[in-house]
Amino acid sequence: MADKAQLIMGAVAYDPKVVTIWDGFQKYFGARDLDFDYVLFSNYEKQVEAHFRGLIHVAWNSPLAWLESERVAIALGQRAEAIVMRDTDMDLTSIIIVRADSGIRELADLKGKKVAVGASDSPQAKLIPLGFLSEKGLRPDTDFTVIVFDKLVGKHGDHIGGERDAARALMNGDADAACILDGNRLAFTREGTISSSATRVLAQTPPFDHCNFTVLSGAPSSLSKRFRDLLLEMSYANEEVRPLFDLEGLKRWLPGRTQGYAQLAAAIDRFGTIDSFVKGVAAQCK
Amino acid sequence: MQIDVDLGPLGFSEGGHLLIKRALRKAGAGESITVTGTAPELEIDLRSWCRDEGHSLELQPRNQEKTTRAAIVNGGAETKRWTGAQRAGEADAAHADGVVGHAPRRWGLAARGATVEGGSPEFDFHLVDKIEVWSDDAARLYAQAVAAQWDPKTAIPWDARFELDNDVEDAVVQLMTYLIENETAALIIPSRFIAQLHPHFREVMQLLAVQAADEARHIDVFTRRGLMKRDRLGLSTAGGQASLKTLVDEPEFAIASFLLSVLGEGTFLSLLWFIERYAPDPVTAAVAKLAAQDEGRHVAFGIAHLTQHLNNDSSFRPRLADSVRRRHDSLQHTAGLNAEVFDALVLIAAGSWDPEDLRRGHQRVTDLTKEMDEGRQKRLRRLGFSEQEAAELSSLHTRNFM
Repeated sequence: MADKAQLIMGAVAYDPKVVTIWDGFQKYFGARDLDFDYVLFSNYEKQVEAHFRGLIHVAWNSPLAWLESERVAIALGQRAEAIVMRDTDMDLTSIIIVRADSGIRELADLKGKKVAVGASDSPQAKLIPLGFLSEKGLRPDTDFTVIVFDKLVGKHGDHIGGERDAARALMNGDADAACILDGNRLAFTREGTISSSATRVLAQTPPFDHCNFTVLSGAPSSLSKRFRDLLLEMSYANEEVRPLFDLEGLKRWLPGRTQGYAQLAAAIDRFGTIDSFVKGVAAQCK
Repeated sequence: MQIDVDLGPLGFSEGGHLLIKRALRKAGAGESITVTGTAPELEIDLRSWCRDEGHSLELQPRNQEKTTRAAIVNGGAETKRWTGAQRAGEADAAHADGVVGHAPRRWGLAARGATVEGGSPEFDFHLVDKIEVWSDDAARLYAQAVAAQWDPKTAIPWDARFELDNDVEDAVVQLMTYLIENETAALIIPSRFIAQLHPHFREVMQLLAVQAADEARHIDVFTRRGLMKRDRLGLSTAGGQASLKTLVDEPEFAIASFLLSVLGEGTFLSLLWFIERYAPDPVTAAVAKLAAQDEGRHVAFGIAHLTQHLNNDSSFRPRLADSVRRRHDSLQHTAGLNAEVFDALVLIAAGSWDPEDLRRGHQRVTDLTKEMDEGRQKRLRRLGFSEQEAAELSSLHTRNFM
């Protein structure tokens, strides 16, 4: 079990920079009387499991890992709380892009076509856009073919590689459409993966939220409160914090909220994505 | 005042973002601007860009002409980024705050006069104090050095036709071999200090770089002259290299500069002009002359920055004197100037094997060493050493000249 005098956070090592980020925050917290350490997991499922085993107090969770935690908590009669998130975790959208010269003008035109998506557990590049298309009456693998670009499964699409491969498949003609995060349209244009004039946005999902820091009932409340307070008072003006913010991709931390996960929850309900995982962890941790 | 940006059909990533950024900067943190545009993906791009940049965005429902209308409130991240930034002196060295006494390592590679973001990494520069490195003459000497650069291909009469007596040619080749070795030391030493020097002292950095480039060219032309009539170069002695090694190993910039530029290159000036004067062929005369002109600047910089250093801290003078004594002690059991170089100088100054000519040649080399000694004493006196100290220190200078 984690030491009660020290706050242990779990994060997923989707990139080497994760070490730089959390080493930096550890130093920041240490200078402000919060004994903080972190554990890195290679995938979110291990992290969620460790959280329920009491090995960590707080988890830096993907939206899918949040829903996994929330559902395991419900099954165990506990409560999961999203305490803090980044400003950039709020109100994201996914888009479905097609080639500008393609004959696909509306969603119905995707029937019989090939749609490229990112990693199979990516909320933004697979689950949410495919849920969105299902809502619109287009059933994946029935009405259209799904081409999955699985990169680093278990990291819930944090690694951008799957999305980039989906965009490449669109550009080289292997796919008729690609599902990506809204902001990656600009990023892929800048890096030359796609040309903005050669692509067109066919559809955009409603907004949804991304990562959050999750705590479970029973976590040491004074430590997690101190953690939350220190995060919320961090300023981009602080030169110690700013490089870490730039690496983690935020300008400020905000109080967590959970209403932005409904779309993903509906999608995984539809696809049954996490059912067996939730049952398995709940059974083990009873 | 409300700022409205109308992008028309210009896409966000096609340059539209520049107009929006400019307007937000003008509006300032916490203030809003409006953006309109007809590019089809404008809304999507605005949404993700504002999110990433920390600006808040309010989109108005699209009208029938498919025009995107949005209000953006500047989240202030850019203002915050430059909170705690520092101005790294002034670009103009003559400005009262131009060159600072102690250059912070966090200013790193930033141009002098630039605004440096807080939290920039510290660079491991060792030479960060103005007193150790600075000379007000550096900019002038640098400009002079750049203007005086010469092209080895055209500045030297490589096509001149001459045939020398075999022994005289051998003597020239030996001299060139010796000069290359010495100029290599003179290249390595400033190069090493460039890497340790805080770039805040830009003019000194530039001057040292040109100095290293000068030496590279000298090595080039001395090598070419050495190989004009021969397929191999001459001899390199352990004693000569031991003397140069004490220079290369000197860790302190000011002391290395004193030993190399003031004493070593100062002595070399006399040597190069001597070679130019008695050169048996026009190519040897030209390479010696051009190298001597460059070395003159190197000596001038050494004297200039050491004079400034000593004006600010006269207690540094005894340390300079000690460095000469220390070097002398460490070299006293080595041979010094190699006999082949000495003999080559005598033969070149004689011009033939005729005994009378040889006597005259020997006298000329003796006069040269006297002239070198006088030159060193003069420069030492310019640095504030007494006549007695100057005479003592000059006499302790390496027999290898450099």
